[in-house]
Amino acid sequence: MGLDRNLSVAVASGKGGTGKTTISTCLALIAGRPVRLLDCDVEEPNCHLFLKPRIEHTESVGLLVPVVDEDRCTGCGECSRFCEYNAMAVVRDKVLVFSELCHGCGGCTLACPEGAISEVERPIGTLERGRSGDVEFVQGRLEVGEVLAPPVIAAVKRHAADGGLTIIDAPPGTSCPVIEAVRGAGFVVLVTEPTPFGLSDLRLAVEMVRVMGLRTGVVINRSDIGDDGVRVYCAEEGIPVLAEIPNDRRVAEAYSRGHLPTEDVPGYRARMDALLAAIEESAG
Amino acid sequence: MKVVVSSKGGTLDSEVDPRFGRARRFLLVDTETGDVRVVDNTQDLEALQGAGIQAAQTVAALEPDCVLTGHCGPKAFAVLSAAGVRVVVGAEGTVRDAIEQLERGHLKPAGGADVEGHWV
Amino acid sequence: MRELVVISGKGGTGKTSVVASFAALAEGAVLADCDVDAADLHLLLAPQVEHRETFSGGRVASIRSEACTGCGRCLEHCRFGAVLVGGNEGKTCRVDPIACDGCGVCALVCDEGAVRLNDRINGEWFVSATRHGPMVHARLGIAESNSGKLVTLVRRKAREIAESQGRGLVLIDGPPGIGCPVIASIAGTSLVVVVTEPTLSGIHDLKRVVDLAAHFGIPGAVLVNKHDLNPDLTGSIEAFCRERGLPVLGRIPYDLAVTRAQLAGRAVVEADRGPAAEGIRRGWEQTERQLGLERA
Repeated sequence: MGLDRNLSVAVASGKGGTGKTTISTCLALIAGRPVRLLDCDVEEPNCHLFLKPRIEHTESVGLLVPVVDEDRCTGCGECSRFCEYNAMAVVRDKVLVFSELCHGCGGCTLACPEGAISEVERPIGTLERGRSGDVEFVQGRLEVGEVLAPPVIAAVKRHAADGGLTIIDAPPGTSCPVIEAVRGAGFVVLVTEPTPFGLSDLRLAVEMVRVMGLRTGVVINRSDIGDDGVRVYCAEEGIPVLAEIPNDRRVAEAYSRGHLPTEDVPGYRARMDALLAAIEESAG
Repeated sequence: MKVVVSSKGGTLDSEVDPRFGRARRFLLVDTETGDVRVVDNTQDLEALQGAGIQAAQTVAALEPDCVLTGHCGPKAFAVLSAAGVRVVVGAEGTVRDAIEQLERGHLKPAGGADVEGHWV
Repeated sequence: MRELVVISGKGGTGKTSVVASFAALAEGAVLADCDVDAADLHLLLAPQVEHRETFSGGRVASIRSEACTGCGRCLEHCRFGAVLVGGNEGKTCRVDPIACDGCGVCALVCDEGAVRLNDRINGEWFVSATRHGPMVHARLGIAESNSGKLVTLVRRKAREIAESQGRGLVLIDGPPGIGCPVIASIAGTSLVVVVTEPTLSGIHDLKRVVDLAAHFGIPGAVLVNKHDLNPDLTGSIEAFCRERGLPVLGRIPYDLAVTRAQLAGRAVVEADRGPAAEGIRRGWEQTERQLGLERA
């Protein structure tokens, strides 16, 4: 099985609420070897509610935004013309910077013919690191009201383990933040439920993973509440179903209290062990 | 006096467009000669953020004495002020009506934005 | 004309199921599915597409390998990790369109003019007819960005339809989270309804999304779904709402009828008369009251 192998596993889904956080956190806890859990759902990070880590280090995550030296600025407007995000306006030889619109590309500093633009960090979120038992934990949190999640996610990803096992809890959906979270993962676990919503969003998630050239497998959670659509789809598409976990009100109740079902629900731990083994086998 | 009015249509009888940043059009009106020039603003209808900034730059380039509109957000206000253009909010009715209200002194320049920045 | 948006913070609390039922009860609202990333409302409303258009938001760079000398200036300056050493045995650079933010820095620094910056086609939007009213919805392309801009477009089209057809309400199905597309979904609306659940995650995420609505000065109200899953936490949610002055519109019990309705492609209130359907109906009555839409 290769307990020392390097592997990064992203746990994603198309649809929200399918069980990503439960599964990613359980996998980290039962891994039985040093593991790093990255909570990349920076808009709504929840792993910490279950892992209850001791946080050892907090830092601000910032975006580099422009500052204009008015003595050097000639009001030529090159910066404003260059900016794709409307973050700079030049009127009457004065530059107005709207840093909340800035994406931190640094282009204005290069476009300015006078070298009048430098950069400062604008905080958009925080990064926390800590541990719980054998699990090293990294979490990103986007400041409420900020729009750009990907830079905070990228900051979390930079703390992926150098070797060994990394588990990434991704946000729901299939757009920029999820792309940033799963990019470069050795394997993507897609958690779904056997319903029309689950299937519809799973198809999108599978397309995303394929476009990115990543290996994938599916976990069907609450596997007995719906229909066969997801199973049929996976069979047709040749996507491995790594686990089917039947609906269990005890799991939902444990979850509601911030307990992981591996603690409270008999048999759940064995399912997670089997899932980890299936992931490692499919990851090749 | 040269006034820019945010407008839904292309004539003096068109309705004032209440939102500056996402107005369909701007009418540049010379109140002395009665000349009307129509400037399109559809590029900013769909801008995510920064609609007000672009619109304000477009309008500032026309060098009006003031802008007449329903509501103006903070970013647009910042750009227009920096350009030395007075912003008058609270305009209603047709473009013609609004200019008349301005000339009669019923509408006054605003000291700041009168609405929060919007995305929509 | 009022705009009502339903969000959740945490995914999977039942937003879309609630919106479909609200659509059935509202009788003639314009519907807007702003979860453009993973849209599901259409699965319950069977829309007949009447108009479709592509959507372009932002730009994407590409490098013409025949002009590229492999100097690497683009690679050096790209802050999005979107420039890779590419073909020709690593002698030229190429752009990963998925990672590319369309900022234009690579084009700026390239001395050979080898970089093209083009408009992206990020997705498609639709105007459709449904049994409960006109619906504007969209599909963001796989691995595409600028979802906020597409949400803004969907909302604008929905408002235009409401205005031209004299309909008094736009009902918006919002995305999960608190970022770009959520902000675009809630800005300028008359009321934000948060569908939450009595779990620690649900409460944690509820607080963030309530802060977000407050940040933008929009009135909020809360609907507690699956309330019987944890009555203690339901109590905590209601206490939180009282503290923050947020009306609690109602409680919906956990009910398999919700999933059964989804499987049948119907809204819960159309398919069932059980506890969840009843909870949703009462929730709608309170929502109408909050919006000032009550019938005499």
